[in-house]
Amino acid sequence: MRKIIILFLSLFSLGIFSLYAQENNGGHINGNFQSDIQYYIEDTEIGAVAVDENVLVNSWANFAYTQENFSAGFRYEGYLNSLLGYPNMGGINDGVGIPIKWAMFTNDNLEITIGNYYEQFGNGLIFRSYEEKTLGVDNAMMGFRVKYTIASGVYLKGIIGKQRYYWDYGPGIIRGIDGEIQFNDLISLLAESKFRFSLGGSFVSKFQEEENPIYYLPQNVGSGAGRINMSYKGFNVSSEYAYKINDPSPENNYIYKPGQAFLVNATYSQKGFGVILGTKWVDNMLFRSDRNATLSDLTINLMPEISKNHTYTLPAFYPYASQPVGEWGVKANVFYKIPKKSLIGGKYGTTISLYYSRVHDIDRTRFSDTIPISSPGTIGYDTDLFSIGEDLFYQDMTIEISRKWNKKFYTNFSYINLLYNYNVLRGVSGHDDVYANIGIVDMTYKIKRGIAIRTEFQGMFTDQDEGNWGLGLIELTIPKWFFTVFDNWNYGNPDENDRPHYMSVGFGHVSGGNRIQLTYGKQREGVMCIGGVCRNVPASNGFSLSISSTF
Amino acid sequence: MKKIIFILFIAIAIFTNSFYAQEIPQVQIKDLQGKTVNTKSIVKNDGNPVLVSFFATWCKPCIKELSAFNDEYEDWADETGVKIIAISTDNARSTNNVAPFVNTRGWEFDVYLDANEDFKRAMNVGNVPHTFLLDGNGKVVWQHTSYLEGDEEQTFENIKKYSEQ
Repeated sequence: MRKIIILFLSLFSLGIFSLYAQENNGGHINGNFQSDIQYYIEDTEIGAVAVDENVLVNSWANFAYTQENFSAGFRYEGYLNSLLGYPNMGGINDGVGIPIKWAMFTNDNLEITIGNYYEQFGNGLIFRSYEEKTLGVDNAMMGFRVKYTIASGVYLKGIIGKQRYYWDYGPGIIRGIDGEIQFNDLISLLAESKFRFSLGGSFVSKFQEEENPIYYLPQNVGSGAGRINMSYKGFNVSSEYAYKINDPSPENNYIYKPGQAFLVNATYSQKGFGVILGTKWVDNMLFRSDRNATLSDLTINLMPEISKNHTYTLPAFYPYASQPVGEWGVKANVFYKIPKKSLIGGKYGTTISLYYSRVHDIDRTRFSDTIPISSPGTIGYDTDLFSIGEDLFYQDMTIEISRKWNKKFYTNFSYINLLYNYNVLRGVSGHDDVYANIGIVDMTYKIKRGIAIRTEFQGMFTDQDEGNWGLGLIELTIPKWFFTVFDNWNYGNPDENDRPHYMSVGFGHVSGGNRIQLTYGKQREGVMCIGGVCRNVPASNGFSLSISSTF
Repeated sequence: MKKIIFILFIAIAIFTNSFYAQEIPQVQIKDLQGKTVNTKSIVKNDGNPVLVSFFATWCKPCIKELSAFNDEYEDWADETGVKIIAISTDNARSTNNVAPFVNTRGWEFDVYLDANEDFKRAMNVGNVPHTFLLDGNGKVVWQHTSYLEGDEEQTFENIKKYSEQ
């Protein structure tokens, strides 16, 4: 603790110093702070528990000092103790400290970072180091990174390091390089061409000592990926293919099968119209810097989901998460803006968005008549690139219509049809697939300058799981302040004695880079997914206070 | 002990907030055609202010804010010379959606992709939407988080204030 304070004080004095020095060298400090504080009240109706500490607090703050081509910073994190549902592995996340420290300098075309950093190669199929604070995902690298621009349009990156594991680092060492050539910038003849073309490639390898008593496991696991991006006027096609050598782990049942992933997206757009088609195919692409890690810990790569990211409350009850063990998916999105001042479009135009996605398992066949699929110590199974299995994991059809009626009134209507394979996506068995229809009406009315009222009505209709839900929300905003009341009611639960209301009231104040929000109410038990990672959020009842600031 | 740290935080926050003008850090991001660009080069605007807005296609308040900016952009630019740039923090799940999404809406400002949030992190942005105003010398002079109905009026007041200086 004393160390932390010394660090703060030295940074503080550095700040004062640079105040006087600013005229000469332009040094400055900036950063951010966030704290989420929850007071827990027991509520047996919804399964919410109280905690021994009464109050749990997650908080963090980043500080960065920049002076010309040099910058350095650190991050404070405190979990006193971790909020319920936050990844904690039986308490190892609780505590305070300075887990992130870094320094970076750039010299012409060279950029060097030492300490902690985040990085992504291509789409992240073989390497993505990132953080998602709300979910508690942070696989920051600790080591160094070099970025070098060899020539205009030619970019190289090299990384080495270990990954963050709560307050410690994982056992594996990750090494990787990535290169990209953007031909239009490299070759001056192509500079003005409407056809743009780039190629990229990466190689990532992990070293982890072998300690398994039964199997001989590869200590070095290599992976490679190649990507292409082409665009011509409104058209764009991008694709990436990744391959990973065999990497037996408890999660893939110790099979010695290489992994593959393929991703392609094609888009066309012009003013008022856009279309997106995409597909992906993934087999056995789990990749961690500790082969025994689970959940979101120590992941080296990340398979992007193909489905729409739902942010309204009710459709977010059944979120899709990528299945790196194997999945095939397809998506088609169409956006159209009915022109302004047309009969149907109205004075301001109306935007219509259609989203469709469908995800299946891949098709696996036995590699031998006598050995079952995924038997440990074997190649596991046979599969062909682009094979589609029978198991449907997820399907989503969404239509959204946004319209501004006049200067004071706008609306957003959504209809969503979902199919959710509960067993696969939640890792359980014996649960029915969920078929749900969801309707949402979101309306905003500006009463006068700076004062507006927004209402949200959502209904979810399903015969499975917890049955029907209805949600109503009213939000009043005045300059710098907002006030919210909402009720989420499980009125159609098949069990008539289990139809709780989840009511909540809250208000907040926003000023510049500062935001403070206080809420009192109940939260449903659920799953929250962002960026391919999900966590269970337990039911809760009580006060929550959130403070954030960027400076 | 926690209190001391908290007070220190607040002190630093207030102190730095009032005295330090931040510049845009040098980060590599991509434009909608996939070309790598340097953040320092995209905020140049011949001595006029620049508004940098972080958003994501799945973030409803972000879309409201940028739509409001777009409705006013022509008038604002005529009056103050302001340039608006929008930074998408969509990750690999929806990076490819950004160009069609933006073109459909006919947004007039330049949009860039920050798929692994390198620029967002360098600017210490916690949540989107988050908007920074740069004066003619490229210094951050004002910022705003969240979007409440009518916030664009406050944004414009600040653009005017710093374009005159």
